[in-house]
Formats: sequence, structure tokens, C-alpha cells
Amino acid sequence: MDLMKVVDKEYNVENKFPKFNSGDTITVHYKIKEGNKERIQQFRGVVLQRKGSGLSETFTVRKMSGNVGVERIFPITSPFIDKIEVTKHGKVRRARIFYLRELTGKKARIKEKKF
Amino acid sequence: MQGLIAKKVGMTSVFNEEGKNVPCTVIEAGPCVVTQIKTKEKDGYEAVQLGFEDKREKRTSKAMKGHFAKAAATPKRKLVEFTGFGEDVKLGDVLNVDLFHDDNWLDVRGISKGKGFQGVVKRYGFRGVGDATHGQHNRDRAPGSLGASSYPSRVFKGMRMAGRTGGVKVAAINLRVLKIIPEENLLILKGSVPGPNGSYLIITK
Repeated sequence: MDLMKVVDKEYNVENKFPKFNSGDTITVHYKIKEGNKERIQQFRGVVLQRKGSGLSETFTVRKMSGNVGVERIFPITSPFIDKIEVTKHGKVRRARIFYLRELTGKKARIKEKKF
Repeated sequence: MQGLIAKKVGMTSVFNEEGKNVPCTVIEAGPCVVTQIKTKEKDGYEAVQLGFEDKREKRTSKAMKGHFAKAAATPKRKLVEFTGFGEDVKLGDVLNVDLFHDDNWLDVRGISKGKGFQGVVKRYGFRGVGDATHGQHNRDRAPGSLGASSYPSRVFKGMRMAGRTGGVKVAAINLRVLKIIPEENLLILKGSVPGPNGSYLIITK
């Protein structure tokens, strides 16, 4: 798959965002177009997974809106992402923490990583 | 038609200027060597034979070795004839992806993925019975009637039925060229092309 990396390079997939992984709590600032106006909205939640590589990499963020879980999938190369802030590095044992979907309240907490 | 032999590398997606995520296929087109020029006088028709991708000398028959030696080329794995080059090319010339540098749309031909013996739902998009109840039993994906009764008393030729699916030559016509990377002979086209990754393709203008 070397040639795919050449393509990634050609389209300049530089990592402009801070490092984050599953279990981290992040805030995604993303641009929304309404007619001609553009405004920035935030989506704050726990990263469930990072999927794929290169140009087609995506990440899933889950947050609780009231008592309903909301998940959003962002392509990492999306031009609509303004910035990403990492609020908390979580300590998790796996790369995909789908078990979080079944948990609510106190059980859905993730321990913070201590360096 | 002028064209090149190529290889499918894989698929990915890129965001365009409008901010839309566009699916695209990465193709390694060329370098192709002109291995033979066929002429009206000698062969009865005009064409240019191109060769793509080196193969081991040990795996090449003596006859083919002689054929490649005429063009002063190394043995090639895939040979395809193209027309429309005219007087532009000579024996032994190397053609690169630059051939397409001012094209916006290209046609791609290849062998589609083989699916084996498949039913009519997958093969022809029949809808099946669509009901699990109302008297249905084990006929979820059945083709239904094959025709009328005493007239014609036979099944018409070409009636769509289950059978070998895929693995045939398929053309994807008028694919938009998104980008050309001349250094690596890469061609990025919008949409999908037939066949698995690593399969040979024929790209024409």
C-alpha cells in the first residue's frame, strides 16, 4: 500500500490536531454553513474509536444529551473541523470502547490518565 | 483509442473545494513500453502494442524473449493493443501517465470481481418474494414465473436466471480525473472501477 501513502502525501494529510485516542474527552469545533453564513458549533464528548488511516480516517465522538446518547462521526481530513481540544486523557484498555454505550451514570465514567 | 495499461491500487476519498467528500480510485497507469507497431501492410490493421509491468526473464518463453528484444525492452507481464497513436510513437518508446495530462474524463475497462454462482436477487437485482408470511415458505429470493404456459411452451432465450456472476469485462465510462501524480505514474479518478485491488485495467481517452 505504499502508493496509497503517496496519495496521502499529495493531498497533504498533515496532522494539525493534537494527539487523541479512544477514551479521551475532546471538544470538536466544527463549522456549520447556514445559507451564506458560517458559524462554529462545538461537540464535546468521549472518543469511542479512531477508524481507518490516511485520507479516509474517521473518529467517533459520543456525548450524553440529557439522557439520550448522541454519536457523531467526523472524517479527520474534513475541512469543516475548525479545531479539536483535548480536555481529558482517559485511561482505557481497548482501542474501541463500544461498551460505553451500555453504561450510564456513574458507571460511564472513565478514569483520567496520570503521566 | 489511445490509452495505457494500468493497475488498480485502491480506493480512498478526498474533500473537494465545495467541501464534499468525493470517493475516488487510485490507479497506477504506466510506464508502458511500445513492444510492437502493427501496420496495414504487414498485419492488415494499424495498432500499437503496449507492455506493462516487468516479469522474470526465467518465466518468459524464448519466443516472447525475442519479441521483447526487438523493442529493446525487458519482458512484460501484460500486453494490450491500442489504436490512435499514429506516427507519434516508435518501437521501444515509454509512455507515462502524462499521456492524460489534458484529459478531464477517461474510460476504464477491467475484469469485475468474480462472485461465483449467484441467485437472481444478487445477479439481476430481482426483488425476491418480499414477504415471509402469506403462505410463503422457503422462497424469499425466488425468481418467480419464467413465462406463460401452453404458448410458448418453452422458456425464452436470455431469460434471466441464476448463474455465474461477475468476472466479466466491465467498462466504467467517463470517470472524472481528479489528479495526476506524474512522479509515481498515479492517476486519481472519481468513483469506482471494476475488479479487485491489484488487477489490470485498460484506460482509454
